[in-house]
Amino acid sequence: MFSSCVDPSSLQGLNWLSCYLTTGKHIDFYWSFLTVLTLLVVTAPTALAFGFGGAMLARSPHLPLRILGKGYTAMVRGIPDIVFFLFFVIALDQSIEWLVHQVRCPDWTDPIRNGLEFRVCPQAKVPQNSSPQVWHSIYGFVLAVITFALVFGAFAANVLYGAMQAVPRAQLETAEAYGMNHGQVFRRVLVPQMWVYALPGLSNLWMILIKATPLLFLLGVQDIVYWARELGGAKTAVYAFPHPDWRLYYFLALLVFYLAMTKFSEVVLTRVQNRLSHGQATAAGEAQRKAAT
Amino acid sequence: MSCLQTIADYGLRSIGIGERLLPKTDFSLCQQFTLIGSGLIWNVYFGVFALLCGFVFANALALAKASRHAVARKPAEWFIFVFRGSPLFIQFFLAYEALVLLPREGIDLFGIVFEVSWLSRAWAGALIVLFLNTAAYSAEIFYGALRSIPKGDLEAADAYGISGWSRFMRIQWPTMMRLAWPAYTNEAIFLFHATTLVFFSGFPAFGQRGDALYYASYFVDKTFNPFTPYPIVAFYFILLTLALIWIFGAINRRLNRHLPSNERSKIKLRPQIIR
Repeated sequence: MFSSCVDPSSLQGLNWLSCYLTTGKHIDFYWSFLTVLTLLVVTAPTALAFGFGGAMLARSPHLPLRILGKGYTAMVRGIPDIVFFLFFVIALDQSIEWLVHQVRCPDWTDPIRNGLEFRVCPQAKVPQNSSPQVWHSIYGFVLAVITFALVFGAFAANVLYGAMQAVPRAQLETAEAYGMNHGQVFRRVLVPQMWVYALPGLSNLWMILIKATPLLFLLGVQDIVYWARELGGAKTAVYAFPHPDWRLYYFLALLVFYLAMTKFSEVVLTRVQNRLSHGQATAAGEAQRKAAT
Repeated sequence: MSCLQTIADYGLRSIGIGERLLPKTDFSLCQQFTLIGSGLIWNVYFGVFALLCGFVFANALALAKASRHAVARKPAEWFIFVFRGSPLFIQFFLAYEALVLLPREGIDLFGIVFEVSWLSRAWAGALIVLFLNTAAYSAEIFYGALRSIPKGDLEAADAYGISGWSRFMRIQWPTMMRLAWPAYTNEAIFLFHATTLVFFSGFPAFGQRGDALYYASYFVDKTFNPFTPYPIVAFYFILLTLALIWIFGAINRRLNRHLPSNERSKIKLRPQIIR
């Protein structure tokens, strides 16, 4: 990066370190932090949408829909989530390829699951074998996002379902007495009021989501854990910047990153909670009212 | 090969007893059930020991965090923050890398050489991490319970002249346990779920002796078929969770036995997954 970095072997001390920390691979490492943040930014709304759908299904008056919604939320209880992460990525990948296979190669006669192999026709590979590496990375990332959204959606559904139940019944009855229909009550009264009840659960979920991001590594995405292992491993003299095993320091840096993330989120979420409690018929809202007068 | 023979060969494979080689081809359902079930031994081992040791340490931490003296409070607060604020996955990596750096020939202390290489093995290293982790999470639960002990209880203790250690042992601690127990049950369940991370983080599985998820992913790697091994893991864990709820429910009933039935705290399974 710097012009003085051309010959690393002649460098000493801080110069060496500044050159070492700006190598191409380290730049990739810094970008991978963005991958993690992107995952968080994309997954959170998606999971919330999944959760909202799940909670609405679980409240539905029709039995089959209700069973579907409750089943979705119950699915993730009792089973370690990492099982879901490992399962969904392969299952999604295979079902997408299977569907594409059915569309593109209708007259393919060989069995798809033959003994120990899962083999679809070459045209059904997603993404195509010939496509550039970046598409493979993006595809892997999208699969990871869907998996995260599915699992965390179930947790969000649980939280939102509880929040919807927590809105005082009298509020809904009043709305009905004013002649609002079912949809209007839901949109105008239930949904605006439920957030204050949902927020503690949702902020807990956000913290868990932050702490779940290292699992991206298990899903084969080149995230910060991948690079920390890659860069930290001992480098012999054949490398431009030889050093002993420094993985401990890289993981310490990751630890600090995650601690900063959770601390920052905690501060922000406390503020949001205070803002949302304003004027609500809850203990926190009442305390604010008393403090103001 | 009959299923009983498979169980005899692989039932204790995860602790190194029985057939040395894992099955390579023609994976029968019986083999998958047996091997994954044998891996469950490790999950139970990690869970039970981390929980037992963590319980004691968590009590001490909760008391330290509630202490008036900053000397006791600050370290406890930091400890809890570090372990609750960072992913368990990273903690495993970090612990493994740190433990590997310990000198291989042992530590020489006053002429006595202490063997330390076993610390980097999963059975010890991962157990230490899980122990510290669950201690931090449980301490936060216990601390919350300690703070929500009804004021009247403590005033009553004062009125009877109960103070100091006997006030803690006879009034505060039992109430703290009773209030914390439903949340602690969830913590226990998710600790058992967290044990599946051990062999996916830094700790290697020597001689292919791994936990339930390790064997499941072994089968998936070999067959490219996730639809059998992972549901088997799920099945085992649902059984494990039910057993835990049963045990903790019994303790909960005992803790609440003096209360009228409508005031007892019920255990409610709340989702809180990865740490």
